Amino acid sequence: MGKGRFGVFGGQYIPETLMNELINLEKAYEFYKTDSGFLEELRALFAEYAGRPSIMYFAEKMTKDLGGAKIYLKREDLNHTGSHKINNCLGQTLLAKRMGKTRIIAETGAGQHGVATATAAALMGLSCEIFMGKEDTERQALNVYRMELLGAKVNAVSSGTMTLKDAVNETMREWAGRVHDTHYVLGSVMGPHPFPSMVRDFQSIIGREARSQLLEQEGKLPNAVLACVGGGSNAMGMFHEFIPDADVRLIGCEAAGLGVDTGKHAATMAKGEIGVFHGMKSYFCQDENGQIAPVYSISAGLDYPGIGPEHAYLRDSGRAEYVPVTDEEAVSAFEYLARTEGIICALESAHAVYHAMRMAPEMGADEIIAICLSGRGDKDVAAIARYKGVNLHE
Amino acid sequence: MSRIKNAFASGKAFIGFITGGDPSIGKTHEFIRQMIRGGVDLIEIGIPFSDPVAEGTVIQEANQRALASGATPKKLFGLVEEIRAESEIPIVFLTYLNPVYRIGYGEFFDRCAKAGVDGLIIPDLPFEEQVEVKSVSSGFGVDVISLVAPTSEGRIKKIASEAEGFVYIVSSMGVTGIRSEIKTDLKSIVSSVKSYSTVPVAVGFGINTPSQASSVAEIADGVIIGSAIVKIAAEYGGDAGEHIYEYVKSIKAAISLC
Repeated sequence: MGKGRFGVFGGQYIPETLMNELINLEKAYEFYKTDSGFLEELRALFAEYAGRPSIMYFAEKMTKDLGGAKIYLKREDLNHTGSHKINNCLGQTLLAKRMGKTRIIAETGAGQHGVATATAAALMGLSCEIFMGKEDTERQALNVYRMELLGAKVNAVSSGTMTLKDAVNETMREWAGRVHDTHYVLGSVMGPHPFPSMVRDFQSIIGREARSQLLEQEGKLPNAVLACVGGGSNAMGMFHEFIPDADVRLIGCEAAGLGVDTGKHAATMAKGEIGVFHGMKSYFCQDENGQIAPVYSISAGLDYPGIGPEHAYLRDSGRAEYVPVTDEEAVSAFEYLARTEGIICALESAHAVYHAMRMAPEMGADEIIAICLSGRGDKDVAAIARYKGVNLHE
Repeated sequence: MSRIKNAFASGKAFIGFITGGDPSIGKTHEFIRQMIRGGVDLIEIGIPFSDPVAEGTVIQEANQRALASGATPKKLFGLVEEIRAESEIPIVFLTYLNPVYRIGYGEFFDRCAKAGVDGLIIPDLPFEEQVEVKSVSSGFGVDVISLVAPTSEGRIKKIASEAEGFVYIVSSMGVTGIRSEIKTDLKSIVSSVKSYSTVPVAVGFGINTPSQASSVAEIADGVIIGSAIVKIAAEYGGDAGEHIYEYVKSIKAAISLC
C-alpha cells in the first residue's frame, strides 16, 4: 500500500507522469514543515498579510434567541480575501517558491480558492492560471474578474458537468503536461498524498487558534465543533487540533441540496460509496458502475462528489459525525445570521450555522458550540436573490 | 504462449485503441473487426469513465458519447465474449480504477478471465498502489500493465522489473492526443526499460502518422495508437468502419517495414 493513508483511505492514485512530482513535493514539504525560516515567513504572512489570528466571536444574540448552548463563531470570513482558503494558498505558494516553481495553477468552484491563489501569486510574484467550470464562471462572473484583476488567467472548463470536479480534472491534466515549472495549489484536503496532509496542516491554524481562544475566553473546551464540508478543508483545519479531545464532538455539515433522497445533492457521507477518484480512496457519490455522479448544491464550494480521505477515516472510526443540510435550511441560516448578528456569511458556512441552530436549543446553557465561519457571503448575495426570486437589476 | 505475447511474436506490434460503446457496442464490434482486418496485433478497449483525467479532448468526448449510448463494463464484457467467439486477438481493457473497484476486484477479474480479457491498463494506478489490484488479478491470470512516463527516471527499475504483459511507455508529458512532434528522448527511456523488463515495450501517446509510427517502431517492440483512431470514429460515426480499416492498414504497413 502506498503512502499517505488514513486507515484504508487516501493514497496516491494518480497517473505515472505525476508520481515523481508528487514525491518531490512530499520531500520538499517534509523538509519545510519543520524549517524555522519557512515557518517564520508563513507566520509573518498569516499575521501581517492575512490578518490572523481570526477572532473567536461570541454570538450573544443568537445564543439568547436559540435559548441553549453558547454559540461561538470562528471568523475565518474576516481573513484577507474573505475565507479560510488564504491559509492554504499562502502555505503552498510559499512552498512552491522554495521549490523553484515560477507558476502556480489551481481549480476553483465558487471562486474563493481561485481568488486566494491569484492573491498569493500576485504577492509572491508567480504567474497564475485558474481552471473553473464554465457553468461556475457564468454564475460567479464577478469572481472571474476579481482573479483577472489580480493578474491571473482564468480558463473556463467546458468538459463534463462544467463544475468543480471538472475543474479539478482539467487542472490535473494541465499539471501532467507541465510539472517542471508549475505547482498545483490544490484547494482542499483531497487529492493524492501529500495534499490531504499538507492542506490540513496549513489549515490547522484555525483549530489551534480556536482551541486556545475558547480556553482563554471560556476557560474550557467546546462541547461541539461544527464546520461545513465539501472537500473538507475548513472542517479539517478546525477539527484537527480537537481530535485528541475525546469529549469534543466534531460535526461536519454537508450539502444535501434539494434533499438527500432527491438525487440533487452533494451529500457524500450520507449517500456516497467508497471509491477511488482524484488521486484518493475515499467516499464518492457514484453509480453502480463506478461513474462519478453529477452533484448539486446551491453552494458552489460544496458542489463536489467526494470528500477528503481523513474525513472518511474520522467518520468510519467514529471520531467525527457528518450531517446533511439542505439548500433551504442553509439559506434560512444565512438570513438568520445576517439579521441576528449582522454577519453575511458564505452559503457554504451557512450549512454549519443551520446545524448549530438545530442543536443549540437541545443543549444546556453551560455548553458551547464553536462554528467555523469559513467565508463571507458577498459572493452569494446574487445567488440568494435568485433563490428568493428577487430581481437585482445587476 | 499467452495471447499478449503472441502480439509481439512476429515483428513489431501494432496496438490499436477504441473507446467501447462509441457510438454503440455494436459499432465498436464492427470497428474492432476492421482493425483486425487492417492488421492490428492487439486490441485495447477503453471502458468509458465520467472523468478520464489522463485523456485529451478526443478521448474525453468519446467517453461522453459512449456513456450517453449506455455503455457499461458489463456490456463490454459481453462484447469481448462475442469477439472471442470469432478471434484469438489479444484484448486489454483501458479503465480508470473506480469502475473496477466499484464492481469489486474479485468479480471484475473473474469476468475478465471468463470473457477473455488478457490485461488491464489502469492510468490512475501507479506502481505504489498496484499491490491491492495485482494480489487479486494474478489469481485470474489477467495482466496489470504498467506505464512509464518521461518523468519516471529512477522509478523505471522497479516498474519495469515487475511489469506484466507489456510496458506502456508514455511518449510525452500531459494527456492522450495527437501531437505533431514527440520531443521526448524515447530511445534512452526504451533502452532503460528494456534493461530491467522481461516483457515487451510499447510506446503510445501522440502518435498519428505512419512516419511517426515507423520511427517509434524502430526503437520499441510495439506502437500504441488511440486518439487518431477515436478521431476517425468521431468524424464518421457509424460509418467509420472502412476509414478505420484504411488508417490501420497504412500504419501496419509503415510498422512492418521496421
